Amino acid sequence: MSLNMSLNTLLQHLTNGVSLGSLYALIAIGYTMVYGILRLINFAHGDIFMMATYFAFFSVATFALPWYLAFLVAIILTGLLGMTVERAAYRPLRNAPKISILISAIGVAYLLENLAIVVFGGRPKAFPAVDLFMDVVRIGDVAVQILTFVIPVVTLAILFILLYLINHTKTGIAMRAVARDHETASLMGIDVNRTISLTFGIGSILAAVGGIMWGLKFPQISPLMGVIPGLKCFIAAVLGGIGNITGAVIGGFILGIGEILLVAFFPALTGYRDAFAFILLILILLFKPTGIMGEKISEKV
Amino acid sequence: MKKSIILILIFILVSALVLSSCARPADEGGAGQTPAADVIKIGVFEPITGANAAGGALEVEGVELANSLYPEVLGKKVQLVIVDNKSDKVEAASAAARLVEKEKVVAIIGSWGSSFSMAAGDIVRNAKVPAVAASATNPLVTKGNDYYFRVCFIDPFQGTVMANYAFNTLGAKKAAIIQEVSSDYAVGLAKFFTDSFKGLGGEISGVSNYNTGDQDFTAQLTNISATKPDVIFAPGNFTESALLIKQAKQLGIKIPIIGGDTWETPEFIDIGKDAVEGTVLSSFSTPEKSTTEEAAKFLNAYTSKYNRSPAAVTALSYDAYIMILDAITRAGSLDTQKIRDELAKSANFSGASGIISLDSNGDAVRSADIKIVKNGKFEFLQTIEPTR
Repeated sequence: MSLNMSLNTLLQHLTNGVSLGSLYALIAIGYTMVYGILRLINFAHGDIFMMATYFAFFSVATFALPWYLAFLVAIILTGLLGMTVERAAYRPLRNAPKISILISAIGVAYLLENLAIVVFGGRPKAFPAVDLFMDVVRIGDVAVQILTFVIPVVTLAILFILLYLINHTKTGIAMRAVARDHETASLMGIDVNRTISLTFGIGSILAAVGGIMWGLKFPQISPLMGVIPGLKCFIAAVLGGIGNITGAVIGGFILGIGEILLVAFFPALTGYRDAFAFILLILILLFKPTGIMGEKISEKV
Repeated sequence: MKKSIILILIFILVSALVLSSCARPADEGGAGQTPAADVIKIGVFEPITGANAAGGALEVEGVELANSLYPEVLGKKVQLVIVDNKSDKVEAASAAARLVEKEKVVAIIGSWGSSFSMAAGDIVRNAKVPAVAASATNPLVTKGNDYYFRVCFIDPFQGTVMANYAFNTLGAKKAAIIQEVSSDYAVGLAKFFTDSFKGLGGEISGVSNYNTGDQDFTAQLTNISATKPDVIFAPGNFTESALLIKQAKQLGIKIPIIGGDTWETPEFIDIGKDAVEGTVLSSFSTPEKSTTEEAAKFLNAYTSKYNRSPAAVTALSYDAYIMILDAITRAGSLDTQKIRDELAKSANFSGASGIISLDSNGDAVRSADIKIVKNGKFEFLQTIEPTR
């Protein structure tokens, strides 16, 4: 049944893949941006993403805000959460070895997960649906949810805004300077703490946008929902070349489409869907550690 | 670059740890308290967190309700020790071990999810502590284990019920299976459904798998619908199933999707919303339709406490508790072997879910109810009596 599938089925699979891939891409952008500026793998990214979905959930369910306001509130709160995490868990370790910050990030991830279990409970909740995005249009025999068009547009819009921000604004120049060498940057009059805090704020806002889109597509939220998407998107970021924002988008699409096609063409391997992602990660690290778009950067001191 | 590769490798190792253990402290009670000598401990072993948390919560409601109505046995207070098996097979074994070794419980109730009960099987057998599952339906839970009992039916029966429903009521000749391949419950039920459906003269057009925790089922659904089945049987966890049915609707799949008892949780409807309307599932009893005295008592207490109608598994876990109390009363001692022997003799026991008799395997022989999701509620459709 795998090889003689009809054109329609194949097109449906590809549509499904693009839909999932753009979601991965969106979250991977946040991962890669923080890494690009700080050379820190923000292990807590997936959990910040999870918190964002709960913020959105409670804004709608408890405070009865309309969805656009609720999502805005969730995005702002998540940005603040990211900056708080940075101040509490990463800033005190600014001059410590990189590994300490990594461990601290893992600690934050556990903290957020458990906090969510205690505060929100272990039972899954239904993410508020926005009818506008839920409708399905049919192109020939291929069914496409409106959301499937929205997510890539959001992803690409964010990609271009970020590229502009980083390459053409003063804040962006400061970020790049901090990325290169934060001590020298501070000698040049750049407020390093503020720049890093801002980077985290933006990274978390990206996680929030990703979380909201994820929630709309898979309307079920639970305290551990961020773990697997976090890992998958990390893989997408590495695949594209960690630190490179365009690469993250490409990596996200490759991973999403790859996963769907794996299940589509090799149904027997469905159980290994997650394993596929990790095998891909290992292969990339072995043969092209800089990823698809990765720059050849020499080790900085 | 080398340094960052090392960092990345460390990250992977750590993630592997996180994924495999999901180690979180989740003491729900009991542990840490010093029990008075006149307290009888009963262990409750359920998924409180993780993918199956809603199912566990429904069963804990039932046990706690029963405990509040029947707080004493043999003149001593019953203390519930609730442990979280975290919806994880490895955690399930250690949670059960903690109950028998550290907490020294005289009996165990649980777990929602056959896989977790099976993981605890050896532990309760070696410790000779009886366990009563409320809703674990895989036959292997009690098979070959003298210490595991259950108050629900088993999957060979449930599979037959749904195969009959698909073949006779829906008139389906071709069925497709989408199963949660990491769940013993789903795989077992899918197998029994397949056997019965083929036995009736039907054909299975395709089988697709997914893992617990998966959120995207579009590839499986696209493949399955290409095989043009008349019905899709999709046994699995409630959240995954709700998302699956939702995505099927979004893909324009109009084939009826039917499933098993695990779907009967409020979350299935919360998450599935309109998409799960009209979905048919097999379940245990319908508490509202039970005629026993205990059922009236249970319904009264439940609705006044929670202000909604109870799920079947809540009535079952309630029954597991009162059945254990009944066995302890008859045994007249806290000797776990004696309690086990009395439990095995349970017959014509009048519970909230109906009359329960255990067969020689320790399984309850009882009818199944087919239910349909209608106006955001699980509604009774018909009762199927056991053929044995």
